[in-house]
Amino acid sequence: MEQKWVVFQLGENAYGLDVQSVRSIERLQPITRIPNAASYVKGVINLRGVVTPVIDLRTRLGFETLEETEETRIIIATLEHGDAGFIVDRANEVIEAQDVRIEPLPESGNAENAYLTAIAKGEKELFSLLDPNRLFEEIVHA
Amino acid sequence: MDLNEYLGLFLDESIEHLQAINSSLLKFEQKLDDEGVIDQIFRSAHTLKGMAGTMGFDGIADLTHEMESALDLVRSKRQPATPELIDTLFVAAEQIEAMVDDIANGGKGKRDVSETVARLKQFSNTSEETEVKKASTANPSSTFKCDVYSESVVKQSLASGYNVFVIDVALSEDVILKAARVFMVFERLQSLGDVILSDPTSDELEQEQFETSFRVLFVTTNTAEEVEKSIGAVSEVAAVTVADYAPEVSAEVAVTAIPEVSPVSPAAKEETEQGPVAAAKTIRVNLERIDRLMNLFEEFIIDRGRLERIAGDVESPELTETVERIKRGTNELQSLVLTLRMMPIEQVFNRFPRMVRSVAKDVGKNIKLHITGAETELDRTVIDEIGDPLVHLIRNAVDHGIESKADRLKAGKQEEGNLTLRAYHAGNRVFIEIEDDGAGINHEKVTRIAVEKGILTQEDAALLTPEEMSMLLFAPGFSTAETVTDLSGRGVGLDVVKSKIESLGGEVFVETKLGEGTIFRISLPLTLSIISAMLVQLQDETYAIPLTAIIETTSLKHEAVLQAHREKVFDFRGQLVPLIWLTDVYGLESAESEAYSVVVVRSGDRLAGLVVSQLIGQQEIVMKPLGSYLEGIRAISGATILGDGRVALIVDSNALLRK
Repeated sequence: MEQKWVVFQLGENAYGLDVQSVRSIERLQPITRIPNAASYVKGVINLRGVVTPVIDLRTRLGFETLEETEETRIIIATLEHGDAGFIVDRANEVIEAQDVRIEPLPESGNAENAYLTAIAKGEKELFSLLDPNRLFEEIVHA
Repeated sequence: MDLNEYLGLFLDESIEHLQAINSSLLKFEQKLDDEGVIDQIFRSAHTLKGMAGTMGFDGIADLTHEMESALDLVRSKRQPATPELIDTLFVAAEQIEAMVDDIANGGKGKRDVSETVARLKQFSNTSEETEVKKASTANPSSTFKCDVYSESVVKQSLASGYNVFVIDVALSEDVILKAARVFMVFERLQSLGDVILSDPTSDELEQEQFETSFRVLFVTTNTAEEVEKSIGAVSEVAAVTVADYAPEVSAEVAVTAIPEVSPVSPAAKEETEQGPVAAAKTIRVNLERIDRLMNLFEEFIIDRGRLERIAGDVESPELTETVERIKRGTNELQSLVLTLRMMPIEQVFNRFPRMVRSVAKDVGKNIKLHITGAETELDRTVIDEIGDPLVHLIRNAVDHGIESKADRLKAGKQEEGNLTLRAYHAGNRVFIEIEDDGAGINHEKVTRIAVEKGILTQEDAALLTPEEMSMLLFAPGFSTAETVTDLSGRGVGLDVVKSKIESLGGEVFVETKLGEGTIFRISLPLTLSIISAMLVQLQDETYAIPLTAIIETTSLKHEAVLQAHREKVFDFRGQLVPLIWLTDVYGLESAESEAYSVVVVRSGDRLAGLVVSQLIGQQEIVMKPLGSYLEGIRAISGATILGDGRVALIVDSNALLRK
């Protein structure tokens, strides 16, 4: 099957997630804070009756926090241990694999790169592929 | 339908039949001649054999076949049941269970059962040998047409060294009072031994429905001469011959032949199983459907909350009235849906008699298990989870609670220890108790070990109440066994039991008396998913506190907050109770105020006052898990969805009160 990616933005940066692992893209909704959790854990939302954890991808990837806008979205991904969401600035398109070339990550000492798997390069676009499972590792403070 | 589709049915029914076999075996062990119980085991084994055969599970089919053969001998009184037979049957049941388990886990259900099969075969064969031997040594002998019952009596009598005679009595041709003579003969016989059978029957003899002679099968310790002499002395008895009893040849054939039993028809089966009690009609429902019903209902409860809120805002009498009706209806519906998920705890208890039996055997103790309240119903979720903690506590009681035979005798107790497993409802909780009449918990020893293991300091230990000392058993890293036995020393302590029970919203208590015994008491919520809770406000966040933990809510003036050793406490009915600001616990700002809203909660024997910003009110909430990504969040046991669709977190007061 043709591979596709959901591409979303954090500021100027574009990231891609395998469309297979994306359950839905939600508008921002009330989030209940989870006390004593890691700073990037935004809280939980009521996703059609299921209590679903949500993280702030900006904080997780070491970006500064930003005011939410009309375009802010929660991407719900299906992960190893259940569904979870992460907040992005904007989610706009689905890109097909035939339009891009996958390249390995450039060498760098950047700790946030641990969540990336590769770089996808198209004619116009360039985005990093995320491993969503790694984003949700150890989200609770011991 | 291919075989795979039958598999689920096969597994369900096998488990039911195994349970039936196990519980019947235990009854059988208590009462070796209970025909109903033997029948029950026989039928279950037979059904299992049929199903396993069809499905191609040969191991199960072989074992059940041999069980059937052995049981048939017992059932037809051709062979008395022996403790060895029961042991073997237990082993067989265990092996079948293991095979069924294997099949359930996708295996082929293969297992080497040849030894058990051989042991069962051996049992079936001994019956032939004894009879053949007897027949060849008998001299002079006479046969008697026996029913199976008499036959087994005869066999037992012979085995115990009694004489079994066939006595022919002929009365004089001109006898007048036949019945009276028969009576006299019987009276004499009864003073010498026991009449097993007579031909004609005693009724017929009494009614003089015979010519002049009759025959009795007689068991006695006296010799043939003595019997002959005694009876010959009765007037109008013309002749008496006393001969050794020899089993009929035809009976012998029946023993060797494998009995072919036609399957009991379902209707007949029902009747025998349930006896005279009229049973309620039931249907089997797929568990998944009930779970789906439950989920739908939970959604509905959330919407109901939303509706109630809207009705409150709109203030239309018609709407309010309708909502009120919906509320009453759903309340009834709720209790119904919840009972659908309730199952008798029997399911869990069923495996314990056998377990206690084998564990007791392993440690060389003699333990009697008493079970009461097996019909007590619990939510299925709890049933699924409570088994392991109970296994642990029961093993613990058998291993450590009840003393060795020698120690019991020394303490002036019966050699046989007693273990009682008890379940009952009280309020909206279910209690399960495991009580032993063993040595009780030696607090001194427990505390010493706890200090040695660094669980607490000598100074702290000195301050413990007896209850707290008992609870040390549940401290992580604690194990009192001085010699590591096979049962303990498996690296899992009672602390696991405690945390498991707490995760189910339950608590454990210990009551003990040195020298008299110990009671472990588990208290569990009736149901896990829909609970009553007090909603409270912390700053602008909403939290739910389960009502089961709450003793009362109160308002506390600022001056009533006392300071005791760096801790804030207040006087609650003459007792100093610590105050916990939930805002602190959950990382919010705690504001000073003139008066505080306090929710007094309890966990075990510990109390605390939870300070909240505001009390909102009581509501039914649907408990939802936070999911594995948020599992270890401190003092939060789950979440719920409020009427406005927002998520509120549920306060885990047990965790808050735990030091």
